[in-house]
Amino acid sequence: MSSQTLHTGTGKTSGSTTGTPTAPKPYRHRRLPAAGTVGRYTALAVAAALTLGPVLWTLSTSLRTPSESFNLPPSFLPINPDFTAYQEVFKQINVGLLVLNSALVTGLIALGQMASATLAGYAFARLDFRGKNAIFSLVLATMMVPVQVTIVPVFMLIRGMGLSDTLLALILPAIPTAFGTFLMRQYFLGLPNDFAEAASLDGAGPWRIFRSVYVPLAVPGMAIVGILAFNFHWNEFFRPLILTISEQNFTLPLGLVTLQGNLGTGSISVVLAGVILSMLPALVVFIFGQRTLREGLTAGASK
Amino acid sequence: MITTAAAPRRTAQTAAARRPLIERWLATIFLAPTVLGMALFTFLPIIGSLVLAFFRWDIISAPQFVGFANFASLAQDPTVRVSFLNTIVFVVVAVTLQLGIALGLASMLQPRMPSWLRVFLRSTFFFPLVLSAASVSIFMRYMFNEQFGVVNWLLSLIGIPAVPWLTSPVASAAVVVLVYVWQNFGFSFLLFLGALTNIPKELHEAANLDGATGWKQFSNVTLPLISPTVLVASVMAIISALQVFDQPYVLTNGGPGDSTRTAVMVIFESAFQQLEFGEASAIGLVLTVLILAVTALQFRLSRRFVFYQ
Repeated sequence: MSSQTLHTGTGKTSGSTTGTPTAPKPYRHRRLPAAGTVGRYTALAVAAALTLGPVLWTLSTSLRTPSESFNLPPSFLPINPDFTAYQEVFKQINVGLLVLNSALVTGLIALGQMASATLAGYAFARLDFRGKNAIFSLVLATMMVPVQVTIVPVFMLIRGMGLSDTLLALILPAIPTAFGTFLMRQYFLGLPNDFAEAASLDGAGPWRIFRSVYVPLAVPGMAIVGILAFNFHWNEFFRPLILTISEQNFTLPLGLVTLQGNLGTGSISVVLAGVILSMLPALVVFIFGQRTLREGLTAGASK
Repeated sequence: MITTAAAPRRTAQTAAARRPLIERWLATIFLAPTVLGMALFTFLPIIGSLVLAFFRWDIISAPQFVGFANFASLAQDPTVRVSFLNTIVFVVVAVTLQLGIALGLASMLQPRMPSWLRVFLRSTFFFPLVLSAASVSIFMRYMFNEQFGVVNWLLSLIGIPAVPWLTSPVASAAVVVLVYVWQNFGFSFLLFLGALTNIPKELHEAANLDGATGWKQFSNVTLPLISPTVLVASVMAIISALQVFDQPYVLTNGGPGDSTRTAVMVIFESAFQQLEFGEASAIGLVLTVLILAVTALQFRLSRRFVFYQ
């Protein structure tokens, strides 16, 4: 994964996510047997059912009363949806605090990544300075380092900084982003140069050109970085497990796992209600940011 | 890092001559958050890991230099050995399944399909990616419960007796693989779908005229054309599978026995449960070397098998 192999324009990233083809001249396999079509649709239907099934089952179980939650055969459609499991979640864990922690951690990481990646991406794409390629390669190289390898020294560093068991311990190390920087660089490389020249003729300096010309144009790229950061860090489990100790600093995924400890006292539906609650923000991001998220996920791969 | 030494002093201070100097300052400021952050939170820790791997340290007492003892004890520690073996088996099985399912499903989405159906299926297969591995593992744990899980109930409908999914070594390893693949195949699927959509239609039409249909067309036309994507998808799938942690931790906590203990779980346990930071660093380094080796090998192999247009 050297810097050369990563040279692609943003054009390629959008190519991989061509939305819905509005059926221009469909090509036809000759003599495509009807059995093949039936088989294909059956396979797709089974795959879709297996993908959505577990989530729908989780939802339906969470809407059963705790005592019903162990019943077999399970009733897949709760005829009288019962929300006591959800009330119980709020009683057993401090949902408000967990959501607040998760939102704070995720939101600040996303904002920090958007800001730092935009600045660095712009520098790599449009500014002239010594050692540009070497520094860019170093930045990209960090993508190859698994978080598990650095976690022990990071843990000690955080202790040394006096940030043990604080939310900042989760936020600060996650802000420098190689992938985000790479995405923003590609994004800026894809923007035309003419605007800068025109602004420069009007007497704008490099800062003005960045601030007034390119930042407004870069908003869609920044959204990709932000949404990707949100999706990843909202769901993050490994780092919070290590870097937070007291329950008041837990994020949602950790809180859920502690909720699971309550199985002894009771009910699957309570645990699953917690799971469903934790999915809601991810679901909202999925619905409204699907395209952005898809483009971001596949952008790094279309090298 | 970024010096301004090349800037000529006291030359004619035209706007054009001043610009590179300003740009260099601007670049320095712009890069500072990212580069300093990475120096502090990635490069310094890498060096820290390299050093720490040669020490015995429990954070409380003073670190004690032990040379290669940590690496030597790794080779003898059965748990470490089993965990690496588990990780490798996991990677092979999970990545094969993930890529196979993703490629199969992506090639089944034909352009002739109604577009609402394509969009629906694409969103469906992509959806598990936005969920957290921890919460997915929590609900899957209940689905695979031996007595009251819905999976065994469904199997009982077709006459299969209850399987001890999470309490037998082989079955629990299978569950970890299934849950991981369930959540991650959508990523490879998106990559393949993008690559397939980018194949010019004329190529398939020409192959059709030459009489290639079905499997022949897929293996001789489609597959070579998307081979660069297959390479990238497999590199990414392998790198992420080598780092699996959340699923086995929540589903089985490594058990029964060590049957689902992975390399990353052992790093976590030896550092934060047994307070053997040196040993944990050594395991981390071995894992990193493994990741780098696999990546290098794949790119080397790809020179022979990947077809670039």
